[in-house]
Formats: sequence, structure tokens, C-alpha cells
Amino acid sequence: MVSGNRPVHQSTAAAARPDAESAEWLRALADQGPQREAALARLHGLLVRIARGEAARRGPRLSISGPELDDLAYQAAADALLAITRKLGQFRGESRFTTWACKFVILEVSAKLGRHFWRHPAVPLDAEDWDRLPGRFGFDPAQEAEWRDLLAALRRAVDDELTPRQRQVFVAIVLNDVPLDALALELASNRNAIYKMLFDARRKLRAALAANGYLSHDIAGRS
Amino acid sequence: MNDWPELDRFLRTDPRDVGCAQAMDMLHVYVDLVVAGAPVEERYPGIAAHLRACGPCGEDFEGLLAAVRGEAH
Repeated sequence: MVSGNRPVHQSTAAAARPDAESAEWLRALADQGPQREAALARLHGLLVRIARGEAARRGPRLSISGPELDDLAYQAAADALLAITRKLGQFRGESRFTTWACKFVILEVSAKLGRHFWRHPAVPLDAEDWDRLPGRFGFDPAQEAEWRDLLAALRRAVDDELTPRQRQVFVAIVLNDVPLDALALELASNRNAIYKMLFDARRKLRAALAANGYLSHDIAGRS
Repeated sequence: MNDWPELDRFLRTDPRDVGCAQAMDMLHVYVDLVVAGAPVEERYPGIAAHLRACGPCGEDFEGLLAAVRGEAH
């Protein structure tokens, strides 16, 4: 994985000139009078619309619906509006203002749904449900003898190759189906750190399975 | 080619993957380029690799893309 020291936007201009609509948003939000109030109301309306749409898109998969989902969307919109007004000076004009603003509310909905998971967790964090792997990875029942052998090798690699923290992350996400954001919250970590841990675990496990002939060696070197 | 393509796809990692923090930092720029039909995978291969591999960031990308496209109509 690329080191976090090299920003991907290094090659783009540090600050681009905003398009006309974005410039109008910035001008109105920088105003002190009724224009700012009107712009804030318009922005709040946009954020509520986006939050409700996003909550409705994701909610059913997380068994949340009705007034609870609507409350979550309104709360996400309110929190996003606060964050946007606080960080207005960080808008670099590289995208439309509304796209930049909508990102805040999408991430708020995402974070709030992650927190919701622990209200009704389906499994304890430290359970190990190895039986769900054949279904998850589409193993053919006709090849059961082969994939039982593969799973035993995978289990050995999980025990022998991973650090305790990598193992904990792999078990929670892959075996127990805990959402990555929910796990980050439970471990008082963040999405980036948990993803990095799972990334390293995946790389180690693939190398171990390839070394034992269960997967092909990666010719492109991307294992 | 092997007998376990789904498992192989899950375990396979891409060294260009920039991680969640950088992908989220640039998500609004990336989405506007996608909407504009720009060749984002060529311009930002590390973000594209990340969004393919990371479920939560991929979900945020889909959400922002749907929001921007929905507002445009």
C-alpha cells in the first residue's frame, strides 16, 4: 500500500478557481447578513435531501428503517452543516462546492450507521465462524474435500502468520461479518488503520497459500 | 487461474492502493471527474485501486456519486 506521506493530489493545483456556482455559494456563506442565512437554509435543505437518500439506500441492509433512519439522516445533515461551515476555508475549488459539501453528509451517514451496528450486534466480536467462508467465497459443494483442505491451510496461516491485532481484525471482518467502520469504533481506532491492518493480513495470507500451492504465485508482483 | 477465484480476489492486494485517508480526502474531486466522464482510473490509479478493494470507501463513493447524479437531474 502506498505510504500516507505522499498526497495523491500533489500533482493538482493547490487551489483551483471555483466555478461560478461554487463561487456564489462561497460568497453567500461568507456574508454576514440575510444572504448567509438564506444560503445556510438552502445548504441544509440539500444536506437533508442527500442524507435521507443515502440512509434509505444503506439502511435496509443494516436493519434500520422508519423514524429511526429519518432521525439519523437529520442528525447527519445537522452535523455535516456544522463541519462544512467550520471548514469552509479548506475548500480548494478542485471540485464543485456542492460535491465537496455532500461528501461531509455522506461520511456522516456512514459513521452513524457504523455506530448503529453495535446496538444489535449479530455475533460477539471474538467468535470465529469459519463455517461461513465456503458460502462467502462461493466454494462448490462438489469440491468439499478440496476446500476443506484449503480452509485448514488458511486457518493455519491465520494462526501462524498474522499478528494478534491482524488476526483480531481478520476474524471480526471476514469470519464474523462485522462492518469495518463498526470495528474501528469498537477498537477505538479509525477506518484507515483497520483497513491497513486487513490489507497486510490479506497480503500475508495470500503469500502463505501461494507458497503451499493453494493459490497461484502472483506474476505481476501484486500479492 | 485457480479453483478459488473469489478467495483469490479478496486476498489479492494492489500496491498502488492509497488507503482510506487519501481516498476520502480526494473523493469529491474523483466523483466530479467520474460525472464529467474523465479517465479517473488513469489519473488516480491509487484511488481507483482503493475504491475497488475497500468496502466502506467504495460504499461512500457510490453514495456520493448517486447524490451528485441525483442532484443534477
